[in-house]
Amino acid sequence: MTKLPTWADVVLVPLISLLLAAIVSAVVLLSIGQSPMEALSVMVEGSVGSAYAWGYTLYYATSFIFTGLAVTVAFHGSLFNIGGEGQAQLGGLGVALVCLALPWPHWTLALMAAMIGAAVFGAAWAAIPAWLQAKRGSHIVITTIMFNYIAAALLIYLLVNVLRPDGQMDPASARFPEGAKLPQFADIPLLQNLFAKYGPDGAVKLGKDGLAVYEQVPANVTFFIAVAACFAVWALMWRTRLGYEIRAFGKSEKAARYAGISPFKIIMVAMLISGALSGMMAINNVMGESERLLQNSAEGAGFIGIAVALMGRNHPAGVFLAAILFGILYQGGAELGLWTSIPIELRTVVQGLVILFTGALDQMVRMMLGVFFRPNRKGAA
Amino acid sequence: MAAQAKGGRQATAAPTSPYAIELKGISKAFGPVQANKDINIQVPRGTIHGIIGENGAGKSTLMSILYGFYRADSGQILINGTPTAIPDSQSAIRAGIGMVFQHFKLVQNFTVLENVILGAEDGPMLNSSLTKARKVLADLSREYELDVNPDALIEDLSVGHQQRVEILKALYRQADILILDEPTGVLTPEEADHLFRILKGLKDQGKTIILITHKLREIMEATDHVSVMRRGTMVATVKTAESSPESLAELMVGRKVLLEVEKGPAKVGQTVLTVENLSVKDEHGVVRLKGVSFEIKAGEILGIAGVAGNGQSELLEALGGIARASGRIALNGTNLPLTGAKANGQTRRAAGISHVPEDRQALGLIMDFAAWENVAFGYHNAPEYQKNPLIMDNAAIWADTEKKMATYDVRPPIPSLPAKSFSGGNQQKIVVAREMERNPDLLLIGQPTRGVDIGAIEFIHKQIIALRDQGKAILLVSVELDEIMSLSDRIAVMFDGQLMGFRDPETTNERELGLMMAGMNGKAAT
Repeated sequence: MTKLPTWADVVLVPLISLLLAAIVSAVVLLSIGQSPMEALSVMVEGSVGSAYAWGYTLYYATSFIFTGLAVTVAFHGSLFNIGGEGQAQLGGLGVALVCLALPWPHWTLALMAAMIGAAVFGAAWAAIPAWLQAKRGSHIVITTIMFNYIAAALLIYLLVNVLRPDGQMDPASARFPEGAKLPQFADIPLLQNLFAKYGPDGAVKLGKDGLAVYEQVPANVTFFIAVAACFAVWALMWRTRLGYEIRAFGKSEKAARYAGISPFKIIMVAMLISGALSGMMAINNVMGESERLLQNSAEGAGFIGIAVALMGRNHPAGVFLAAILFGILYQGGAELGLWTSIPIELRTVVQGLVILFTGALDQMVRMMLGVFFRPNRKGAA
Repeated sequence: MAAQAKGGRQATAAPTSPYAIELKGISKAFGPVQANKDINIQVPRGTIHGIIGENGAGKSTLMSILYGFYRADSGQILINGTPTAIPDSQSAIRAGIGMVFQHFKLVQNFTVLENVILGAEDGPMLNSSLTKARKVLADLSREYELDVNPDALIEDLSVGHQQRVEILKALYRQADILILDEPTGVLTPEEADHLFRILKGLKDQGKTIILITHKLREIMEATDHVSVMRRGTMVATVKTAESSPESLAELMVGRKVLLEVEKGPAKVGQTVLTVENLSVKDEHGVVRLKGVSFEIKAGEILGIAGVAGNGQSELLEALGGIARASGRIALNGTNLPLTGAKANGQTRRAAGISHVPEDRQALGLIMDFAAWENVAFGYHNAPEYQKNPLIMDNAAIWADTEKKMATYDVRPPIPSLPAKSFSGGNQQKIVVAREMERNPDLLLIGQPTRGVDIGAIEFIHKQIIALRDQGKAILLVSVELDEIMSLSDRIAVMFDGQLMGFRDPETTNERELGLMMAGMNGKAAT
């Protein structure tokens, strides 16, 4: 197969894959009697058309960045961590325990403590499959999938029997104290003007206290932590000895042994970092949005992380962009359900098509493109 | 054999030309690289024709054009005098060309028979093809000494037998012209001899054979004519009987080459390595190394001869900290750990042992890593490669890579190129540069010149001798008896995980060593 120039590989292939996914999605929409153009405009308007829309898109993207990075780190060590979902739920437990433990005086302190809680719980949940892989050779794909189920069952038990306040009906923890509330985008001075509400006369709406009223969006400071995490993962993988060892081990376990790299250490460390990143997703959804621990808090973001890492080519910059794309799909799909008669399940169909084309079929696109980049096909012979 | 297959072939009935293959003015460029420039070659029918050249000289490209993998930019291919277009490998097979690749294309969990008919089945049901193939195979085996159990699984066969299956595949497809690409790279000396007997038998039956290699000895031994390629051009075609290894080597490299290693007498010093009763079990619990004991002194090369798979790999891996072992290893009088977390490549390197592994592609290099990343491989904890305790100094590694590439003449000298993009010889130079420049007390070096071209062999041998003359201890493991005999100061022969004895290279000979390699005590037999 012809090797494509880097720019075509990195830019053209994903774009064409997305276009193909859009075309097939349009065909599906037409076949159920809906207008693809209308659906597209609702999705675009609802996900990137306004600051408010971005406030949701980036909220989802933040979760996907963490889970995407988690898959990326493990993947460089040739470990397929399917357990992001369970690790994120356990991370949520860590966040909840930290937030409920103290009447936090300021959100910055609560955030730092909650990050540690989320990372430790997520990493601990990844540690058991990692140990089983490193010591017993139990395949990490199987064990991490099983640990997703165990995590879900464990959290239901804890939420129903331990964390649920007396008298509350739904299986959820108590609300976190006011001091553990993270600033959302509308609370951040530099950003909040974007979210000001306007009256019919075009003037900024004022509340009873005479101050401007802002539209609340779930995107919160965690987004900036996610961006920092992208940079941190990049530095880890390509600038530190540990990252070098993880990548070497991932490429060739035999060669890694020759170099004196301990497989046990690499499997454990890569999975602990991966689990910690998955767990830290809970800062975004549990602490930043719902402000209490709910059942099934991760809502599938752990699995979307696999698609994000795949599409982002296991590079933090790619993961960032892919996470934004999936944030758009998620938010745009929700808007579809809200404003059109298109069933919400179609969101899943569109996401599935995007994953199919960008993740599974990108080799096909690459092969088709290869024809155009083949050097000088004319031959005499 | 099947008549219908014969009918489909071109120009076998009445050959009009004495040449089985003629190539006229073949040129092929990959981007700016001219891989083949105006190649002309004539291969008479019923001969063995050698094509030699260093790695990257364009041999493989030329054969790929002949087998339909690439199309030439210009030029003409004549098969038995008929101009023939070969746009794909199917056309090549129809034209009677068969190819045996360096890396076999066999389905590991299929039987020999299933592999032979794969892609040449008669119809949707396999039974008739299998019956036919079984008979054909039996005939071929008798005719050409190509005996292979047709019901054996490929994964259970030795490398030599797998190669025979590849040859049988080509013959089953009615090949009259057989191309073999570096066929002996993976074979033991006996297997190689057997292969040449098979090839002679095929020649006597009128088949035409093209043998691609860079081993001069094989050319001299097996071929009738030899063509020499250098940098994409055909430098000369000569009768093998009228040439000599020296003249061919000079044609290949473009300058005079020393085929004999020049070395002075060893200045032996203190004992560096002591090995006592060293044993290694593999992962299945089979004992591969059975209580080996020896010493190596400073300024001495101990060569371990033996047929591959008799415990040499395990010996290197135990010394290099890769395999768990029992017994005793002492370096400069200090015992090294043989089991537990402390027995690893890092502690061995820290103790002063460098290791050029036998299999550079699986062990010595990460093929997807850039050359500069590979230069730090195993030494990535070295203080000069760190910017601070956390961050590696990639710029320092890069600079070091440029320096090593210059000293060891690695081509192309591009640190960002992935290891897999270098030729075998240049890959080996990267590993050798990395390990030797560490100035070790003990160098472990396995198959130093496997798959390496002549120019690089000369260079690597000189480096090994230079390191010895600096007073280092060297353990050399090689299946090339020539290499062992010309480099070693002492020779030990390994058989079935044990050392059969030590010999002085000055007084021993190939015959004695060969017998010891087969498990017989050389002294008793002579």
